Amino acid sequence: MAVIQPLIGQAAQMLLVLGLAPLLTGIVRKTKARLLRRRGASVIQPYRDLARLLRKDAVLAENASWLYRTAPYLIFAATWVAAALVPTFATGLMFSWSADLIAIIAFLGTARFFLALAGMDVGTSFGGIGASREALIGSLAEPAMMMIVFTVALIAGSTQLSTVAAFMASPAVGLRVSLGLALVALVIVALAENARIPVDNPATHLELTMVHEAMVLEYSGRHLAVIELAASLKLLLYVSLIACLFAPWGFAPAGGGLAADALGILAYLAKLAAGGALLGLFETSIAKMRVFRVPEFLGAALMLGLLAALLRFVSRSL
Amino acid sequence: MDNLVFDTAHLLAGGLVLMSFVLLYQDRLYALLNIFALHAAILTLAVAWQAWFQHEPHLFVTAAIALGFKAIAIPLALRRIVARLGIHREVETVIGIGSTMLAGMALVALSMVVMLRVTAGAAPIAREDLAFALAVVLLGLLMMVTRRNAVSQIVGFMSMENGLVLAATGAKGMPLVVEISVAFSILIAFIVIGVFLFRIRERFDTVDIRALDRFRGERR
Repeated sequence: MAVIQPLIGQAAQMLLVLGLAPLLTGIVRKTKARLLRRRGASVIQPYRDLARLLRKDAVLAENASWLYRTAPYLIFAATWVAAALVPTFATGLMFSWSADLIAIIAFLGTARFFLALAGMDVGTSFGGIGASREALIGSLAEPAMMMIVFTVALIAGSTQLSTVAAFMASPAVGLRVSLGLALVALVIVALAENARIPVDNPATHLELTMVHEAMVLEYSGRHLAVIELAASLKLLLYVSLIACLFAPWGFAPAGGGLAADALGILAYLAKLAAGGALLGLFETSIAKMRVFRVPEFLGAALMLGLLAALLRFVSRSL
Repeated sequence: MDNLVFDTAHLLAGGLVLMSFVLLYQDRLYALLNIFALHAAILTLAVAWQAWFQHEPHLFVTAAIALGFKAIAIPLALRRIVARLGIHREVETVIGIGSTMLAGMALVALSMVVMLRVTAGAAPIAREDLAFALAVVLLGLLMMVTRRNAVSQIVGFMSMENGLVLAATGAKGMPLVVEISVAFSILIAFIVIGVFLFRIRERFDTVDIRALDRFRGERR
């Protein structure tokens, strides 16, 4: 029993993130549609899309290699594991000890690597453009993310997410300018990583602007479904990460029983809904950037992360 | 309580450093002037906070001067100058924004290393304030170095002076006479620079200071 209960908790978390990811995408789309005074598709439309894609045949290019066929599953697996490691409704799950910020970044980096490779595999020019832009964005977003991790880890004294969340919820945090800067930087990185509006437009197939869509243009059927689900999971991961680091309230404690878990899930749902609505609001209020301005945008995130880490050294410990 | 005092002072001073970076990032003149007004407003808050917990009422006067002159009067006047000169488009930078930011980071790190070594024995709150103030001064200097447009150089100069005020209030306040005379000398400097701007413009048809190199006989 002592082993089984945490295992069930961990399994519940893995299924929860998988089940909620398309819903979050649906909420963002619905919010955007309502803000534009359209009725918009129902929030469960992404589930229907996935079901439709799974029923369809996958069409492969003649010169596609084995990599092209395996990459969607690799991307999905890496993203799913990373998303399942971030504390969502409870801390102290079975694999919480391995929920390290740096490990999560490594998983996402792996997924990005395979996505870029798959984009180039068939040899169409769009795939190449998308892969090269993705590499550009990734090479700028990852250092910024590392600076944010360093800042948070320096303040909380750990890179393990459960410990960090517990520290952030305690009154020992106080009012810190470093954390504010890290939050802004993390939001910028999250927007860039998830191909959201100032960096990339997830709803367009206009070849001059797309990044993510260009890479997955050749995919169809179940491969596309898996990639789309992985993209939704990544969005959910970043919203959960921001909620876990900067709104660490309502977590069910380890071994808290079913009632505490249910309360934790409710709090998590509220956080997701708020995150999705805020993202939709932000996306409708801003215009897409030119691709060549993206390095400046991400450079600002890197700068904020660096500044946050520097300001941390001139704080109460003097 | 003590923690709150320190954290708020840290927050405001850190915000001032951040605003200096935002100034460096701007490439439109009107946006630059708005951010400069915000810079001065944060300085006002920082000085007022120091005045409150140091129980030094005359620092409130400093805060009021910062608010009145630097957050309201000077940005409005600069706005009018920009409108009259008709130069509300791009700011020309000598090097790109990315490398300017990196140079700025290096300057912040430098000022922290220097100030934390130099002020080893002082109270934490003064050390922290001095480190941030030096960073703001250096960033103002960087801004003057990396901009070609005379108006953005003025903004760099003024933000530098904001850093000086922060340093002075952190070090247990400075006499009111000094503060007022500094404030007025800044105002005089502003008027002189404003007159100069129009003279430069009359003579060279531009406020790009590269034109002055030719006048000085360099870059033939």
